[in-house]
Amino acid sequence: MTEYRAPLRDLRHALACFADLDGMSDFAEGVDVDTTMGFLEEAGRFMVEVLAPLNRVGDTQGSVRNDDGSVTTPDGWVEAYRQYVEAGWGAVSFDEAYGGGGFPHTVSLAIQEMMTSANMGFSLCPLLTQGAIEMLTHHGSEEQKETYLPKMVTGEWAGTMNLTEPDAGSDVGALRTRAVPVGDGTYRISGTKIFITYGDHDLSDNIIHLVLARTPDAPPGTKGISCFIVPKFVLDDDGSPGVRNDVACVSIEHKIGIHASPTCVMSFGENDGAVGYLIGEENQGMRYMFTMMNNARLSVGLSGLSLAERALQQSLTYAVERTQGRAIGAPAGASSPIIDHPDVRRMLMSMRSKVDAMRALLYLDAGAVDRADRHPEADVRVRNDELAQLLTPISKAWCTDLGVELTSTAIQIHGGMGYVEETGVAQYWRDSRITPIYEGTNGIQAMDLVMRKLPMDGGRVITRFLDDMSATVAELRRAGGPVDPLADPLEAAVAVLAETTGWLAENGMGDPAAALAGATPYLEMMGLVTGGWLSARSALAAHRALEAGTDDQDFYRAKIASASYFCTQELPRAHGLRAAVTAGAEALFALTPSQLGS
Amino acid sequence: MNVVVCVKQIPDPADPGELDPETKTLKRDSKLILDESDSYGVEMALQLVDAAGEGEVTLVSMAPNNEVGGLRTALAMGAASAVLVSDEALAGTDALGTAKVLAAAIGRTSPDLVLAATESSDGYTGTVPAQVAELLGLPSVTFAKEIAVDGGGVHVKRQTEDGYDSVECPMPCLVSVTAGVVEPRYPSFKGIMAAKSKPVDEVTVADLGIDAGSVGWAGGGQEIVGIEPAPARESGEVIEDEGDAHERIVAFLDELKVL
Ligand SMILES: Cc1cc2nc3c(=O)[nH]c(=O)nc-3n(C[C@H](O)[C@H](O)[C@H](O)COP(=O)(O)OP(=O)(O)OC[C@H]3O[C@@H](n4cnc5c(N)ncnc54)[C@H](O)[C@@H]3O)c2cc1C
Ligand SMILES: Cc1cc2nc3c(=O)[nH]c(=O)nc-3n(C[C@H](O)[C@H](O)[C@H](O)COP(=O)(O)OP(=O)(O)OC[C@H]3O[C@@H](n4cnc5c(N)ncnc54)[C@H](O)[C@@H]3O)c2cc1C
Repeated sequence: MTEYRAPLRDLRHALACFADLDGMSDFAEGVDVDTTMGFLEEAGRFMVEVLAPLNRVGDTQGSVRNDDGSVTTPDGWVEAYRQYVEAGWGAVSFDEAYGGGGFPHTVSLAIQEMMTSANMGFSLCPLLTQGAIEMLTHHGSEEQKETYLPKMVTGEWAGTMNLTEPDAGSDVGALRTRAVPVGDGTYRISGTKIFITYGDHDLSDNIIHLVLARTPDAPPGTKGISCFIVPKFVLDDDGSPGVRNDVACVSIEHKIGIHASPTCVMSFGENDGAVGYLIGEENQGMRYMFTMMNNARLSVGLSGLSLAERALQQSLTYAVERTQGRAIGAPAGASSPIIDHPDVRRMLMSMRSKVDAMRALLYLDAGAVDRADRHPEADVRVRNDELAQLLTPISKAWCTDLGVELTSTAIQIHGGMGYVEETGVAQYWRDSRITPIYEGTNGIQAMDLVMRKLPMDGGRVITRFLDDMSATVAELRRAGGPVDPLADPLEAAVAVLAETTGWLAENGMGDPAAALAGATPYLEMMGLVTGGWLSARSALAAHRALEAGTDDQDFYRAKIASASYFCTQELPRAHGLRAAVTAGAEALFALTPSQLGS
Repeated sequence: MNVVVCVKQIPDPADPGELDPETKTLKRDSKLILDESDSYGVEMALQLVDAAGEGEVTLVSMAPNNEVGGLRTALAMGAASAVLVSDEALAGTDALGTAKVLAAAIGRTSPDLVLAATESSDGYTGTVPAQVAELLGLPSVTFAKEIAVDGGGVHVKRQTEDGYDSVECPMPCLVSVTAGVVEPRYPSFKGIMAAKSKPVDEVTVADLGIDAGSVGWAGGGQEIVGIEPAPARESGEVIEDEGDAHERIVAFLDELKVL
């Protein structure tokens, strides 16, 4: 198995070009690309040296539930988590008032990218904690923040998000867990939650569960959901973990991948009810969840990139080392490295260019999230919020689908050795498979894009977005040289996206079934065209750097080549998706369930 | 207790750069990092100061181009400040020249203890620490695997071929530590933030009162007469087992005179 290398130059490029980190100094003092790279070098070293070597044992050993209900993480994890807490990498972007570093979310996302590449199973514990911290930061009372945040920001206490129940998955509104007020301001929670990531473990001194539940007279559906803090250990008067709350992990799932991340069935209130503290107001839980959705979905999208990056690194090493067959032009009798075969090159180019496109998209999205949160000017905040809203389902769904595709491509490059576990690539593919499912399935993302995001501001958000893409076409033509050939394919792809979007706008309102039927191919088209647009922008930036005489000639030439491949060979697939988007629902329902089966 | 740690900043072994055929030395244009050998000294010093409950860790480094990359790492680990000697006159400095410079820089403070690594990862003559001690008139203990401070002296477990020597030595003194004896901490996020504002005192040869002619190529007792690429590794011999493999392996090892 090849070691993971932190892709620092690529991160620098993405942070500079797409997140525009240097432009954040208006609202995040002292933040710029150079400072950030200083952190990322050290964070990367930590991920490479401490977390990456534990990825394998995480997979083979997994987390296990003991007879007494406790959960034990794989060998070496407790120590690695302790080191992670000590190094403080989880705190970078949180509020300084609670011990955070006050950095933009973009910076912590870059750290997260490397952590997930190094060890996805591990990364989920900090990721879920981050979700819980955001919820408390935005909606918790001052007292709740002071009580819980400092320890959660350091990572000494972990967090979880408890939404899913057996009958409430994609439809969170169907949840039934109950929360009954007991008169002293606290509630007693009872019910069963399933699929709870890191629902129990031995990494931290306490686990702060955030639980969605219904109060006795709550209205049905999503309007009747409230959000509660349920600590594993209820805090003593001095704020330290005290008595065990009435919450337990009753079993853990056996999964395709992320074996180290315990996916728990959680039982609340088996005995006298778990002590819970209401966050904000009753019945506002769903609204609160929405405020953190962009970040959470962006993070999951990022895991698609992380796994694809790691798989690419390993595939490249393998393709150089493995010899098989004679490549065209190689001397007779020679056994060529497989990287010399055009078909293997295609696989590697596809991986390289899609990894670049994903990274561009995700850090553009990250920059928009930060500006939406923190920019001093209201109209900049609004514009960036709209952009982030639009990009979120694309980041989540397109990048996780690509994560699965590219980790599978990595297996293909390894041939038979890819299918056996020894090389480690199989693990990336297995680990990746959850990402299109959780945090809103990719089907739900596509619906979100078509039904909620396209109509934003009367369609003006998507129109502006398409205009921005067209502006890049013009820029490519002006720049000329090696980036000029990207203009035609991008222009054509933007045109088909605009046309298809127009079709959805015209037909979607009157025939929602037709819009929903086309949602997934539409999201894919949107991903491809956005990826093509951002690859072209990456090529433009590289072209400018080369013209300015950069000393990193090699890197920037590679960026242009990668973007050219994407725009000329991958992007045209967008045209083929049009028919599926605009076909309507009829053909999908042409067969009855029994006919589908025969 | 105040501890000075000598830290060498070296080219990243993962990206070692090339030799310049003109000067016959390494092209030192890429950025330098903290020599891993010295990260043990830094960690040891931090632990000793911590145990003493007072005092500071100061870094001393000599490097070209005012390079501070490696110093920032050590500052982020927890050292309080650094002295960096950087001067064009130092190009080509040999180990004795290096020792003169380091000794002069260390002499400006009056530490209770000076730590260095047994040998650097790139030059590895392993001669600098003892020379620094001699120039400062300090006792020196080498190959330390454990150091404990007690009253006015140090107790050192000194690695030997078949165990260790237990050595006591009065302070101030210089101790060189072997690799791997402690686990160097990873710089923390807060440590990196704090390191940005920690003082790095940049000094020249003249500031140290050293005659430029006694260091660098001019003062060097060494000359590089030639450089050659390392010979490519020869491909190994493959022994196909035809029932006699064990005999052939024994013969092979015999020829190497390792049996
Ligand atoms: C490893 C793992 C970790 C998880 N971690 C957590 C966690 O920490 N916390 C938590 O609360 N949950 C967690 N989940 C749950 C996860 O978020 C849900 O599995 C996910 O939301 C899908 O719900 P479901 O499994 O009930 O699938 P379903 O909702 O039953 O979906 C089945 C299929 O139907 C489609 N579908 C459903 N509704 C619609 C619709 N209206 N229109 C079109 N298509 C639809 C879906 O896209 C999907 O393809 C985790 C799950 C797993 C497997
Ligand atoms: C050809 C050549 C060109 C050189 N050019 C330059 C130059 O342009 N500029 C320049 O500043 N130096 C220059 N040097 C000096 C060089 O960087 C070394 O410091 C010196 O040669 C020490 O040798 P060593 O690595 O074998 O030390 P060793 O004796 O193996 O080192 C043992 C320990 O001593 C300490 N130590 C050694 N060197 C240093 C140091 N430099 N700073 C702090 N602690 C140290 C460390 O703790 C180290 O682990 C040059 C050396 C050579 C041979």
